[in-house]
Amino acid sequence: MKIITCIKQVPDSEAKVTAQNGQPSWGEAPLVINPFDEYAVEAALLQREAQDGEVIALCIGPDSAKDALKHALAMGADSAILVSDPALGALDSQGAARVLAAAIQKIGGADLAIFGRQTLDEGTGLTVSQTARALGWPLLSFAGSIKAEGGKITVERVIEEGKQTVSAAAPAVLSVVQSIGEPRYPSFMGIRKASKAVIPVWTLADLDIAAPAPVVTRAELLNPPVRDQACEMLTGETPEAIAETLVEKILAEKVL
Amino acid sequence: MDFELNEEQRMWQKTVHDFVAAEIKPKAHEVDENATFNWEATRKMGPLGLLGLSIPEQYGGSGVDAVSAAIAIEEIGWGCGSTGLAIAAHNGLGTSPIALYATDAIKKRWLPLVASGRAKLGALALTEPGAGSDLQGGVRTKAEKSGGEWVINGAKMWCTNASIAEYIITLVRTNPAGGSRSLSMILVPTNTPGLTIHPAEKKMGLKGSPTHAVTYEDVRVPLENLIGEENRGLQQTLATLDGGRISIGALSLGLAQSALEAALDYSKTRQTFGKPIAEHQAIQFMLADAATEIDAARLMVYRAAWLKEKGRPYSKEAAMAKLFATEVGERVARNAIQIHGGYGYSREYPVERIYRDARLMTIGEGTSEINRMVIARQVLLSH
Repeated sequence: MKIITCIKQVPDSEAKVTAQNGQPSWGEAPLVINPFDEYAVEAALLQREAQDGEVIALCIGPDSAKDALKHALAMGADSAILVSDPALGALDSQGAARVLAAAIQKIGGADLAIFGRQTLDEGTGLTVSQTARALGWPLLSFAGSIKAEGGKITVERVIEEGKQTVSAAAPAVLSVVQSIGEPRYPSFMGIRKASKAVIPVWTLADLDIAAPAPVVTRAELLNPPVRDQACEMLTGETPEAIAETLVEKILAEKVL
Repeated sequence: MDFELNEEQRMWQKTVHDFVAAEIKPKAHEVDENATFNWEATRKMGPLGLLGLSIPEQYGGSGVDAVSAAIAIEEIGWGCGSTGLAIAAHNGLGTSPIALYATDAIKKRWLPLVASGRAKLGALALTEPGAGSDLQGGVRTKAEKSGGEWVINGAKMWCTNASIAEYIITLVRTNPAGGSRSLSMILVPTNTPGLTIHPAEKKMGLKGSPTHAVTYEDVRVPLENLIGEENRGLQQTLATLDGGRISIGALSLGLAQSALEAALDYSKTRQTFGKPIAEHQAIQFMLADAATEIDAARLMVYRAAWLKEKGRPYSKEAAMAKLFATEVGERVARNAIQIHGGYGYSREYPVERIYRDARLMTIGEGTSEINRMVIARQVLLSH
């Protein structure tokens, strides 16, 4: 079984993201593999363990995004490919989907393309479905477990209403949720392999496509308005007196 | 010169740090308070390679370089001294003599098992009621050949991991004539009849790392359980302890780092005289000294590890690193308590535990005094 896991590099979840001159900035915070994508890598590795085959990690990003791919390699992925091109500056989710679809086709297709449910930075959760559409493959989203048998992929979807079991013929695009299982820690043996890996970089010319024009553009990016907060300690002779003052304040401020 | 970790070491450091932050640090208080070993995290260490730091890949280990091994112990120590000591002892003392000196059959039999995380760990028994730093003259536990077996009689003290180990590598006297060629290492499975592991010692700190007295009464193991050469046990032990010193230095570094981080957090939030105590010079001086000493200790520990990895003599540097890093660990933990004031003396705050944990490091695997002797001897010889 051939499994492609599509990952993204994002600012660490502890980073404080602010708008600087209309652009998002996360200061000096480190970039990491999108935490949701670690579940995608885990899902791919579990499938490989159940079915044999290979896991290929795929990422669009600058050269530094190789670190996210190396994390996937250290977890156990067999190989990794980075798509990087200066023309890919402002990709929206649909643009990313088109590039990923082209890369998946250049790889020679796969049985499964597995995504995390969303990214930590943009958080649209749309790229996975748009990639399925660009490839013309069925989409099995929010999978909490995956079973592949005789070319048929069955997943249990974890959705708001409960669980839903659906299936489709391979090849299929999947997004996975946390119930797939905790992502494994990289092993030293995996790290040794990853640190020596030479990750191929594909440009748009290699994919034989032009940079997709964004269908959604960001008109403006602003920091949220600063909230003016003041803390006032209420005092009084008895708890009842304090409570009475509190009620008066609440009514005066028209909170209630 | 190059002070940077390589890519492999950087990735390893981040992986172990993340693992320790998630699986070990949150349990450190409980482990100490209840004197229980953290098996749950230890089971997960196998697949990461943390239980096979000294074991080559062909025997199921990760066979990491000496700097990466130091980083691993430093990071575990940052999370929990008890877990750090048990894992350091397992790797440095419990498995490395086998990896270095044992026969292929012994390696195959034991190393993949204890590296996997699915079984218990490894232990090494050196110290005796009458033998600590003076092993050569002091070891009285003896092994005699009888009917194709070693028959072992005697008693060991302060054996780290004995109750959580598959086997205890035991330093025994095999030549009654004495001298530097009279001791040997023999592997004794912990389920061997005649072997008694006594209840865990009640200690000042490191309560989640069990330490035991062990007695041997006509304990019989096959002759093949000899580790390395007969009567070369002392030399094998001393070489093992050189590596162990780097490990204890690294563990102290982790403890010191953890104490400093706790002190930094506290000093930024605790207010006196209308401002955070971090803005008072008396506190700043303690923080600055701690950061400086930790930095120096880290350079010394990594340098000793680097020498070991290069195959160069590192005995003096390992002794220096252990001496300095363990004393820094104690000092930083002491001052971290000072910065916390009364709260620092409470068991509710981590610095009290770190202080108790750090205290052992200037004693175990070579006291500060023995290390000074080792250093002095070499410094005098080379002048």
